[in-house]
Amino acid sequence: MRLPQTPSQTVGPFFKPALIRSGQESLVTASTRGERVAIEGCVLDGDAAAVSDAMIELWQANADGCYDHPEEFQEKIYDPDFRGFGRSATDERGRFRFHTIKPGPVAGPGTVLQAPHINVSIFARGLLKRLVTRIYFPDEPLNASDAVLNAIAPVRRSNLVAQVVRPGVLRFDIVLQGEHETVFFDV
Amino acid sequence: MNLPAGYRREIPDGHPPHNAPAYVSTHKRAPRHAPIPLEHTLSEITGPRFERDQLAPGDDDLTHFDGGQALGERIIVTGRVLDQDGRAIPHTMIEIWQANAAGRYAHGEDQHDAPLDPHFAGIGRVITDDHGAYRFMTVKPGAYPWRNHRNAWRPNHIHFSLFGPSFATRLITQMYFPGDPLLALDPIFNSVPDRSARERLIATFDIEVTIPDYALGYRFDFVLRGRAATPPLS
Repeated sequence: MRLPQTPSQTVGPFFKPALIRSGQESLVTASTRGERVAIEGCVLDGDAAAVSDAMIELWQANADGCYDHPEEFQEKIYDPDFRGFGRSATDERGRFRFHTIKPGPVAGPGTVLQAPHINVSIFARGLLKRLVTRIYFPDEPLNASDAVLNAIAPVRRSNLVAQVVRPGVLRFDIVLQGEHETVFFDV
Repeated sequence: MNLPAGYRREIPDGHPPHNAPAYVSTHKRAPRHAPIPLEHTLSEITGPRFERDQLAPGDDDLTHFDGGQALGERIIVTGRVLDQDGRAIPHTMIEIWQANAAGRYAHGEDQHDAPLDPHFAGIGRVITDDHGAYRFMTVKPGAYPWRNHRNAWRPNHIHFSLFGPSFATRLITQMYFPGDPLLALDPIFNSVPDRSARERLIATFDIEVTIPDYALGYRFDFVLRGRAATPPLS
């Protein structure tokens, strides 16, 4: 039996009371292991106008590069204080801010490790299906050998790497359309 | 250990495109570059799980809120969450939201001149059981106008958000009702190019689900992406 998938539809403008709960923008507790990092940014449309009704979700491995999931097969250290999921709506100026830890590298295709990255989903009115991107980390030696980064033209690659705002704070803007359009992936 | 199997790709025309000219909000929000295909790794094959979350009593009953009963036609919505091979997806969370029976969301930015219902928040959550089944009670949402084009009205619909077993299976969608004359005119529903795919977004009325003297019953199954190959035995 092979069933067809249920089609995607837009999240629309009225999701916040149902989907957004305070605290979901923090992925860490006091006991979580790893290097704390805040990630902030804006979602912008093709006119560089703020998208004030977007939802951003993060999914990431823990500080050792271990996903909290039954299909995780790497011999890595599980952290009971890190689940790896975060969610935030954008505010009236299109801003979002997450508190998390820098993930460790995880297995990639073949034997090559992937550079530390956070998987990102973007939903909004006007997006009929999810957009997916990845946040990579600056000054990370594994970026040079990361298969996903290397498959992207250099001129666009840099917009997948967060920028240092100040120690412990990174900036990652999401541009839906236009000259500085974020690299989106088809998963 | 080897990497578990990835997930099947989207079917062409089975999902909407990003750029759907009839849906005006896509004009400045749809990316212009084609998305770059990503080989599935642990990052896509894993995903958040919520079966450890405790749902609050009443999360599966939207018909009572703040000490009173919501106005409108009570309905049961039930079905299963399956993968493309027909396998049940157990213990996965479904988040639910919708307008009230008058077509108004309990949301500060909904300016539609229809009454709010103090006893309807329009928010629910359920987690599928061992057989992938879910069930909740609500009132049938009303149609409402929107500003997409002159005299634009959204058909009656309920919003759903699902995770499934992985990052790759994440889905947000809308369920519609059979026989709604607004479906033919709705740019969001009609953004799905393939007609049979679109029609999978329409629930089925089921007298067997209907509770006598209380609530009408509808069936709606979700099908999330299946595995690209049989996963290895664990």
